[in-house]
Amino acid sequence: MAIELKNIFYSYEKTADRAARVVLDGIDLTLSREDFTAVIGPTGSGKSTLVQHLNLLLRAVSGDILYDGESIYAEDYDRKGLRSKVGLVFQYPEYQLFETDILSDVCFGPRNLGLPEEEVRERAVKALEAVGFSDDDHTRSPFDLSGGQKRRVAIAGILAMQPEFLILDEPAAGLDPQGRREMLDLVRGLHDSRGTGIVLVSHSMDDVAGYADRIVALYGGRVVMDGTPREIFSQRDKLEEIGLSVPQATQVADELRKAGMDIPKGLITVDEVAEAILGYMKSHGGSAGRNRQC
Amino acid sequence: MLREMTLGQYYPGNSILHRLDPRVKLLGTLVYMVAVFLAEDVTGYALGAAFLAAMIICSRIPLGFMLKGLKPVLVILIFSVVFNLFLTDGEVLVSVWKITITREGIWRAAFMAMRLICLILGAALMTYTTTPNQLTDGIEKGLGFLSYIRIPVHEIAMMMSIALRFIPILNEELDKIMKAQMARGADFESGSFLRRAKALVPLLIPLFVSAFRRASDLANAMEARCYHGGRGRTRMHPLRYAGRDIAAYLIIAAFLAGMILLKIYAPLAYLSA
Repeated sequence: MAIELKNIFYSYEKTADRAARVVLDGIDLTLSREDFTAVIGPTGSGKSTLVQHLNLLLRAVSGDILYDGESIYAEDYDRKGLRSKVGLVFQYPEYQLFETDILSDVCFGPRNLGLPEEEVRERAVKALEAVGFSDDDHTRSPFDLSGGQKRRVAIAGILAMQPEFLILDEPAAGLDPQGRREMLDLVRGLHDSRGTGIVLVSHSMDDVAGYADRIVALYGGRVVMDGTPREIFSQRDKLEEIGLSVPQATQVADELRKAGMDIPKGLITVDEVAEAILGYMKSHGGSAGRNRQC
Repeated sequence: MLREMTLGQYYPGNSILHRLDPRVKLLGTLVYMVAVFLAEDVTGYALGAAFLAAMIICSRIPLGFMLKGLKPVLVILIFSVVFNLFLTDGEVLVSVWKITITREGIWRAAFMAMRLICLILGAALMTYTTTPNQLTDGIEKGLGFLSYIRIPVHEIAMMMSIALRFIPILNEELDKIMKAQMARGADFESGSFLRRAKALVPLLIPLFVSAFRRASDLANAMEARCYHGGRGRTRMHPLRYAGRDIAAYLIIAAFLAGMILLKIYAPLAYLSA
């Protein structure tokens, strides 16, 4: 199962002068449900605009999008059905909560799908459980929760629709390091346990490095790089050219290699680099293990 | 929808009208509106329209943009024209079935249309050439004398400018919330009136919450910058009358005098409605 984007153009101005503000400039991309895909790119590269195309919140000026082989631009295409299959979590989704208790809020999505009330509740309870809320929490007001908790409720609101694809726009923005990790672990867990296809928009290379299977880099409304994290982060010059960089762990490894340490290339996560440094120190008789916490 | 409304929007420029003191423009618009109501016959409306045309030319705002300001009131305009055209008694010119058009009806409809167009374009011209901030500055200073009778003019003006500033922000916010709820399967376009009204709840609650949050943030930011209300506050760009403002006042006074004279000595009184 996949979402196929074919030569998508989009411009916020609907004037004839298209060159004025083209946001998406011919995107060709196939997103597979088997992948945890990260979309990276500098501010203004079209990431958020792109993901809003995937569930028809924005409509391309030209080009076509196929969901499961069917064009979503077809006249009689089931929009609501698409929005339940492609769940989109916006940036700062906690600001969309409106109900008096979190269970009712999570019920909003499945209820809009016209499901029987029992199933609505069942799905909502399950979704809340998946993001770490127990039955006791159901009656809490969404406005009494912490920022990170509110965000998890908002994500549950989308999960309750049981989407086949889950698209998240900067889900970790504004969270503390632990909150970021928990959020990304949660997303990764959804992918691994439920087989939900993930598209994660982020501009944090460190977040992306440890979690994604595939990285798509956007720049100026075009796909400029596409590959596994290892492939992408081995091209430091190209990334820096478009205003991005490699993960901090990779930067450390690069600097150490420059300083003469024998550390292999292509390391992208903190754990990998820590392992490599330890290995180097052991083989050179250093006081290994003293700084295990990197 | 809101984005397409041009009435009450600033049109950036540097014409003589843009540079006038906002107090002149406020008072001028007020005087102009009163003067338009003085017009009773062709000459009166001709003078009113000519004055407006001259001002539009001075403002260097494209005519097409000016006319767009009429769009929101087009329905009212058409209604008043049609009613006046068909429902005025007088010398019958055309009569088909139950519909009669009289000479007086034609004049009255034309006058009514002229009056409405002059009023709306006059007001639009002021907002096109004056930024909301200048406008509230003008109101604050122009009505400053009211503070002697304990009317908090500065605070009212500040509230006005904050309210104006928040319109685009809340508009953008609304757009975001709407998309987010649509992603959750919300439907704002179909169903009965009651259903659609109920569908607004998931929009309005987050919007209110966000408005309160922003208001509280703004209040904190103002306090952090030692804002303490109007007393003893100085301005970066204090309003001061220049030569052109005096000239503008004189022109407005002359226009008003002309309109009054035309009303008293209406040379073409027999055409009046």
